[in-house]
Amino acid sequence: MNVRAQGIDFIRQSEVVGRLRARLPAESVLHQAEDTRPYECDGLTAYRELPMVVALPADEDEVKFVLETCHALGVQVIARGAGTGLSGGALPAPDGVLLSLARMKRILAVDPVARLARVQPGVRNLAITEAAAPYGLYYAPDPSSQIACTIGGNVAENSGGVHCLKYGLTVHNVLRVRGFTIDGELVEFGSEALDSPGYDLLAVVTGSEGMLAVTTEVTVRLVPKPEAARVILASFDDVEKAGEAVAAVIGAGIIPAGLEMMDQPMTRAVEEFVRAGYDIEAAAILLCESDGTPEEVAEEIARMIDVLRGSGATAIRVSANDAERNLFWAGRKAAFPAVGRISPDYYCMDGTIPRARLGAMLKFIAAMEQKYRLRCPNVFHAGDGNLHPLILFDANDPDELARTEQFAGEVLEKCVEVGGTITGEHGVGIEKINQMCAQFTGEELARFRGVKRAFDPAGLLNPGKNIPTLHRCAEFGRMVVRGGALPHPDLPRF
Amino acid sequence: MAADALRTFAETIRAAATEGKRLRLRGGGTKDFYGQALDGEILDTRTYTGIVAYDPTELVITVCGGTPLAEVEATLAAKRQMLAFEPPHFGAATIGGAVAAGLSGPRRAAAGALRDFVLGVRVMDGRGQDLSFGGRVMKNVAGYDVSRVMAGALGTLGMILEVSLKVLPLPVAEAALKFEMPRDKAIEAVNRWAGKPLPISATAYTDGDLGVRLSGAAAAVKAACGTLGGERLADADAARFWTGIREQTDPFFAGDEPLWRLSVPSTTAPLAIEGRELVEWGGALRWLKSRAEARTVRDAAARAGGHATLFRGGDKTAGVFHPLAPAVARIHQRLKAEFDPHGVLNRGRLYAEF
Repeated sequence: MNVRAQGIDFIRQSEVVGRLRARLPAESVLHQAEDTRPYECDGLTAYRELPMVVALPADEDEVKFVLETCHALGVQVIARGAGTGLSGGALPAPDGVLLSLARMKRILAVDPVARLARVQPGVRNLAITEAAAPYGLYYAPDPSSQIACTIGGNVAENSGGVHCLKYGLTVHNVLRVRGFTIDGELVEFGSEALDSPGYDLLAVVTGSEGMLAVTTEVTVRLVPKPEAARVILASFDDVEKAGEAVAAVIGAGIIPAGLEMMDQPMTRAVEEFVRAGYDIEAAAILLCESDGTPEEVAEEIARMIDVLRGSGATAIRVSANDAERNLFWAGRKAAFPAVGRISPDYYCMDGTIPRARLGAMLKFIAAMEQKYRLRCPNVFHAGDGNLHPLILFDANDPDELARTEQFAGEVLEKCVEVGGTITGEHGVGIEKINQMCAQFTGEELARFRGVKRAFDPAGLLNPGKNIPTLHRCAEFGRMVVRGGALPHPDLPRF
Repeated sequence: MAADALRTFAETIRAAATEGKRLRLRGGGTKDFYGQALDGEILDTRTYTGIVAYDPTELVITVCGGTPLAEVEATLAAKRQMLAFEPPHFGAATIGGAVAAGLSGPRRAAAGALRDFVLGVRVMDGRGQDLSFGGRVMKNVAGYDVSRVMAGALGTLGMILEVSLKVLPLPVAEAALKFEMPRDKAIEAVNRWAGKPLPISATAYTDGDLGVRLSGAAAAVKAACGTLGGERLADADAARFWTGIREQTDPFFAGDEPLWRLSVPSTTAPLAIEGRELVEWGGALRWLKSRAEARTVRDAAARAGGHATLFRGGDKTAGVFHPLAPAVARIHQRLKAEFDPHGVLNRGRLYAEF
């Protein structure tokens, strides 16, 4: 009998399953391929791997037991929330245990006076806001997948959203993370106070892609829901002018609640799909939102309109009510699926650049479109310089695929060159691990590995993600989204 | 000049590592009072100064660690921007020292802490290696967030050569209000107000008076003054008051009793410890002038779910910073060993063990 199929060692598998079932109920330890198949990938479907075992702990004791067992056996552990991540951070290993925190989904406490919520890691991002809503509070970070993604995953990825320029990322909105290190030791980073003694380990754990500790409880900050919000839709006859308008808004001392940009190819794709009422004749449009008290919003919207006009906006519309505001946003939020409709495949980039380089970057991308003979519509979180250019291609054409990879590589390298980063919010995971070599020196990568060792000396938590080995840096590859189809096609992606 | 300074730093650190010597990183020396032992030969950070990059439309400033904090703030103010975490100066502080100490001022509860504004650092570690982490952009998830760990690490992991900080526009309007009320009512009020969309940018309570600062759009500040009531302070008095809180020159901080800093959940009831208390940050920061035993103060902070620091004066042998849980302490020691394997940099300044 062949004891290895798809890289899984069945003798080892049965040993791990046996040990885990000593404490976890049988239905919480999966190993048959038909049961483990749903866990073979996250939102980055280009990479798939069947895990040796899937463990579904129901509480902290079970998490601790799984970690202690794996630590004792030298088995790697890959934690997973809802599996909506876009960089393969939760890609399983054929010799590892996939630890799903999905069953730990209780909201443990909402304290409206102290303005915080204590939740288990499997609680959905939006569920926190829903639980806080009766008190006029909400959880600010709003990644596009917020109806499905979990807070544990948000902590692992330091997730953002369209409002992070004003309200911050996950790292700014989490007060405390409780969890376990690989040896099953309980650790708490942060507290319900505003700071903690010693090093800021809460900041290190946030965005660490599940490589330092496994989160079992998160305390988040809740903030008062703004009384009012309105959004401006501004048209420009030139993409560089739109880029300059972004800088002008910020330069005028305004921090918009959201500031998004789309170029004409993107507005056309979107308009066909959702009829958001975008100006498809414009070379680029900006969405510029203000929130706060009604007085504040009125004052800020007036200032924004002045600046946008002064920057050469050719048309300006302001949402008259919440229905229209949601419609304006609906187009932006449908950008990825809209592109999925017009191209067999697309490659989504996530670089971030200094805002002042937006116009120049757009020109660079346009030049790359010519050079590689591929189309590339653009959506940006313009307020924080986070780009999502989407290269359209057909994966069945090997030459197009090769050109796409070169195109993407040039754009990401340009991001680093102008002082930016290869990933603003999707994470490194497995997808951008090679490009880490372009952003960091060997010494810096060595120090990252030192951070990993400080938390996980055995190197068993999600190894092989985020931080490349020097050996790996000798190679360089890129991955793509196949068939234009992300899993969870129902989720908005922006 | 700049290259010379960096070369000197690297040579000094490498020599110390080889010879088993210890170095004490020091900028303006304004926080010599803070932390555990001052051990080792001084390595002055003020030879590496200047603004590396500042474009107001980016909301980011990149500066050399030895640059005076006052110069950084003046540069920003000229463009109507600010360091929103309102760091204390305590004299001629440097920006590197401010980041290493990680201290934030009155605006912290509203705007965020110093660490929230750190976007990237260039540091020299205990091997004398010149390393950059993070960047100059708002969103960056490449690699572990090493830059924020440098905030508040008191130079034990590396010397801050350069730092990129997110900056914010100065508020268009400000107003300061004063309310007379007992301590428990004040703590209750500031928590209740924080749950409303009010532009409160700072609170400070001591001795029967609650001070509240409002900052934001003119319309919002005006509306909030109407909603909250209280007595409006003249602008000059308000500025003096909030500077006094930030710089600890307010009369509350006078006297030679030890000054404790208790960071606790904002809704924590008034502490039942002998001494005088000043409550900041919407209830989350309690300054305590007290001769109470260290153990008494630490226990009270821990029971509330927070921690206590012996900020100024007192007997440091009981430990300046709150003791760490054993598992967390081990991670600290291993991190220190990774960044400073020879124990050269500010050894023992944060915790005696490393």
